[in-house]
Amino acid sequence: MTWVLDNLDLVLSLAAVHLRQSAVAIVLGFLLALPLGWLAWRFRLLRGPLVLGTGLLYTIPSLALLILMPAALGYSAISETNLVAALVIYAVAILVRSVVDGLDSVDPAVRQAATAIGYGAARRFWTVELPLSGPVLLAGLRVAAVSTISLATVGILIGVTNLGYLFENGLQRRIVAEVLAGVTAVVVIALVVDLLLVLAGRVLMPWTRAGRGTGRTRARAALPVRTAA
Amino acid sequence: MIEFRSVTKRFGDGTLAVEDFSLTLPAHRTTVLVGSSGCGKTTLLRMINRMVEPTGGDVEIDGESVLGKDPVALRRSIGYVMQNSGLMPHFTVLDNVATVLRLIGTPKRAAHERARSLLETVGLDGALADRYPSQLSGGQQQRVGVARGLAADPNILLMDEPFGAVDPIVRADLQREMIRLQRDLDKTVVFVTHDIDEAFLLGDQVVILDTGARVVQVGSPSEIIENPADDFVAAFIGVDRGRRALHIKETARGRVVVDAEGRTQGALVEDGAIT
Repeated sequence: MTWVLDNLDLVLSLAAVHLRQSAVAIVLGFLLALPLGWLAWRFRLLRGPLVLGTGLLYTIPSLALLILMPAALGYSAISETNLVAALVIYAVAILVRSVVDGLDSVDPAVRQAATAIGYGAARRFWTVELPLSGPVLLAGLRVAAVSTISLATVGILIGVTNLGYLFENGLQRRIVAEVLAGVTAVVVIALVVDLLLVLAGRVLMPWTRAGRGTGRTRARAALPVRTAA
Repeated sequence: MIEFRSVTKRFGDGTLAVEDFSLTLPAHRTTVLVGSSGCGKTTLLRMINRMVEPTGGDVEIDGESVLGKDPVALRRSIGYVMQNSGLMPHFTVLDNVATVLRLIGTPKRAAHERARSLLETVGLDGALADRYPSQLSGGQQQRVGVARGLAADPNILLMDEPFGAVDPIVRADLQREMIRLQRDLDKTVVFVTHDIDEAFLLGDQVVILDTGARVVQVGSPSEIIENPADDFVAAFIGVDRGRRALHIKETARGRVVVDAEGRTQGALVEDGAIT
C-alpha cells in the first residue's frame, strides 16, 4: 500500500493514458464495426464471410499482430498508433457480430410498420433500427470495452507505456505491490467504464426500463416498496 | 376515390396473390375487403401505398397512378393502421402519434400539440402521453395506432385488420369508436378483415373476396344480405344458419323473430306501429 501511495501520481497518469488509448480504440472499433455489421446484415451473401472473417481476427495472437501490422502497413511498431490499431481490430472482431445480432433483433413488424407510415431507408436505420438494436449493441460494447482495457496492457511489449508498465517494471524489480497496483487499476478502469456504459444505456434507452403491463399495476407494486424503505 | 384497374400481383415464388382485380372505392366511404386468410386482401391494401408493387395493372388515387409517385411521400400522405398496432416501441405514445407529422417536417411543438388533441379524439387519457407502448393494453395500443394514422389528416386511411388481435369486448368498443370517428372525419377508409360481422358493421361498401382476390360480390351490407350472389356468399355471410337465418314465429302476443337455434331475437314490428 505504501508503494501505491508513494507512486500515486505515476499510477494515476498511467491510468489516464491507459483509459485514453482504450477509449480511442473502442470508439474507432465501434465506428468501423457499424458499417461492416450493416453490410453483413443487409447483404446475405456477405454475412457469412464478414461475420466469420472479423470473428477470426480475434484468434490472431496479439504479439503477432503488433509485429505484422506495422510491417504490412508501414508504420512504426514502437508507437501508440500500432497499439491502438491492434486494439481496434480486436474490438471490431467482437462488435461486427453484435451489430448484426442487434439489427437482427429488431422486430420485422416494427420495421415494416416504419416503412408503411413513411420512413425512408436511411431515416429508418438511424431512428428505428439502430436505437432498437441498442440493447444488443450495448452488450457487445461492454464485452469489447472490458476486453480492450485489459488487452491494452500488451502495449508495454512494444514499448508503449500504459498501466502495463507497472506489470513489467514490477516484475523486473520484484515489487509485488507495483504489479498488484497495475492489476487493480486495470480492473477498476474496466469496472468504471462498464458502469458508465450501463448508465449511458439507461439514459439513451429509457424504453427498455419501462415495465410491461399498465402503469396502474406498476404504481400499485411500487407502493409497498416505498413504505418499507 | 381509389381505383384498381386490372391489377395483378404475382410474388417472386410464383404465387398469384391477385388476378385481374378491378374495383372503385368511393371517396369518403368505408370499403371493407373481407375474405378468408390468403385471399389477397392485405396484398390489395398494400398496393395502395406501394408497400406491394403490382406486377400488372394500375392503382389510381383521384385519377393519378400511385406508381408514378414517390413511395415514401405517398405513404406519408396515407394513414396506415395495422394489426398489433405497429407502434415504435422506443417512442413514447405522444411521439408515436406525432411520427408522421415529424416526418413531413412539422415542428416538434406543433406536432406534439396536434398529437395530444388526437389522443383525445380516439378516447385516450392524456396521462398516457409519456408512456411507452409496452405499458399500454392491447386496446389502448390500437387506439394510439389509429391516432397515428390520423395525425397528418390524410384523406385516405388504410386499416389492415386493426382490431383482429384484441379481445371481443375491446373489439366491439373499438368498432363503435371507429363508426363515431368516421362520422366526424369523413375519410376514405379501406378496411381489411376476415370477420364478416365487422365488415357489415363498418362498411358502406363490402367486397367479398375469394382466393386470388377474386371478387365474389360487391355491395352495401343490406344488398349482400338481401341478395347473396351465390352459395359461397350465402355460406360466408351465414344467412343459412345461426344469427342471420331468422324466421318468424307466431306467439299469443304477436309475431317475433327467431334465429336458427330457435332463440328469440326480437319482435316483428309493422312500420309505424311504434308511436
